[in-house]
Amino acid sequence: MSDHHHHDHDHDHGHHHAPPQPDDKVHSYHQILSIALKELLIEKGVVTAAEVRHFIEKRDSITPANGAKVVARAWVDSAFRERLLADGNAAAAELGFPITGTKLVAVENTQDTHNVVVCTLCSCYPRDLLGLPPAWYKSRAYRARVVREPRAVLREFGTELPGDVAVRVHDSTADIRFLVVPQRPQGTQNLDEDALAALVTRDSMIGVARLEEGAH
Amino acid sequence: MSRLSPGAVVRVREDYPPGHIRTPIYLRGKQGVVERHFGAFGNPETLAYNLPGPKKDLYKVRFRAADLWPDYQGSPKDTVEADLYDHWLEASA
Repeated sequence: MSDHHHHDHDHDHGHHHAPPQPDDKVHSYHQILSIALKELLIEKGVVTAAEVRHFIEKRDSITPANGAKVVARAWVDSAFRERLLADGNAAAAELGFPITGTKLVAVENTQDTHNVVVCTLCSCYPRDLLGLPPAWYKSRAYRARVVREPRAVLREFGTELPGDVAVRVHDSTADIRFLVVPQRPQGTQNLDEDALAALVTRDSMIGVARLEEGAH
Repeated sequence: MSRLSPGAVVRVREDYPPGHIRTPIYLRGKQGVVERHFGAFGNPETLAYNLPGPKKDLYKVRFRAADLWPDYQGSPKDTVEADLYDHWLEASA
C-alpha cells in the first residue's frame, strides 16, 4: 500500500475509492536506482533505449517451454540425455537455446533421488532456458526453508516424497545453473516428443513438483 | 590440475569476513564431500569490487542434511549441495 495516500478525513463517509492501479505504487529505492542508471547509460550513449527494450523483449520471450523441449528430448534420445548430463550448455545449444555467462548443469531425478533447486543467496535461476523465476522462488521463505526442511516445502507444493527417496537440494551459490530433469511419467510410451514436452511443467524443472502419471 | 578431487572430504572455512561472499553462512564450519570440480571461475569476492584477481577453482560440495541441521526431519540420505570456491575449503580427515 502506498504511503502517500493519506487523507485527513476518515473513510466512513459514503463514497468509495477506486481500487489502486499498478501505476500508483511507490518505487522502491532500488527500482529508482535502476531507472536512474538506465537513464544515465542512455544519456551517455553507452546503450540506446531500443537496445534496452530489445533485451527486455528477448528476455521475456524465454519461457519454461524451452526447458521442456530439452527434457522431452532427453527422455526420447538416450545419447542426447548423456550429452545433456555431461554438458548442459552444449546440449541446450543443440536445440537452439544458447546459454551464455553461466554453466548449465542438468540433474536427473531417479527412483532413488529427487532434486530440487534454490538460490539461498538471491535468485539465481536458469533464466536463459526457463525465463524469469516465479515470485515464490525469490521469496525469503522458500530460500530459507527448502535447505532446512525440503520435504515440508515440497509437501506444500503437493509433492509427497516417499521416505526412501533421498532429497538433494542444489543451492546455486556461484556461476552454475541447475535444471532438474524430472522422471518421465508412466503411461506415456505412445507420446511423441512434442506431446511429452507439453507435459513438462516449470515446477518439475525446479524440482518442487513431480509429473503426474499419464497427466495428458 | 585442481587441488581437490571428487570424494575428498572437506570442511568449509569457519570465517566471517566482510564483503561479497558467496559461501552461505549455514555451511561455514560444516563438513562435506567434493562431488565434482567445475573448473576455474572468476572470484565474486574481487569481481564484485571490480578488482583484479585470479580465477578460483569451483567445486560442487555435498553435505548431509543431518550434519547441517541437528534436528533435521527427513531421511538420513537427504543432502544439500552448494558450489564453493577453493579458498573456502579445507581438506578434512
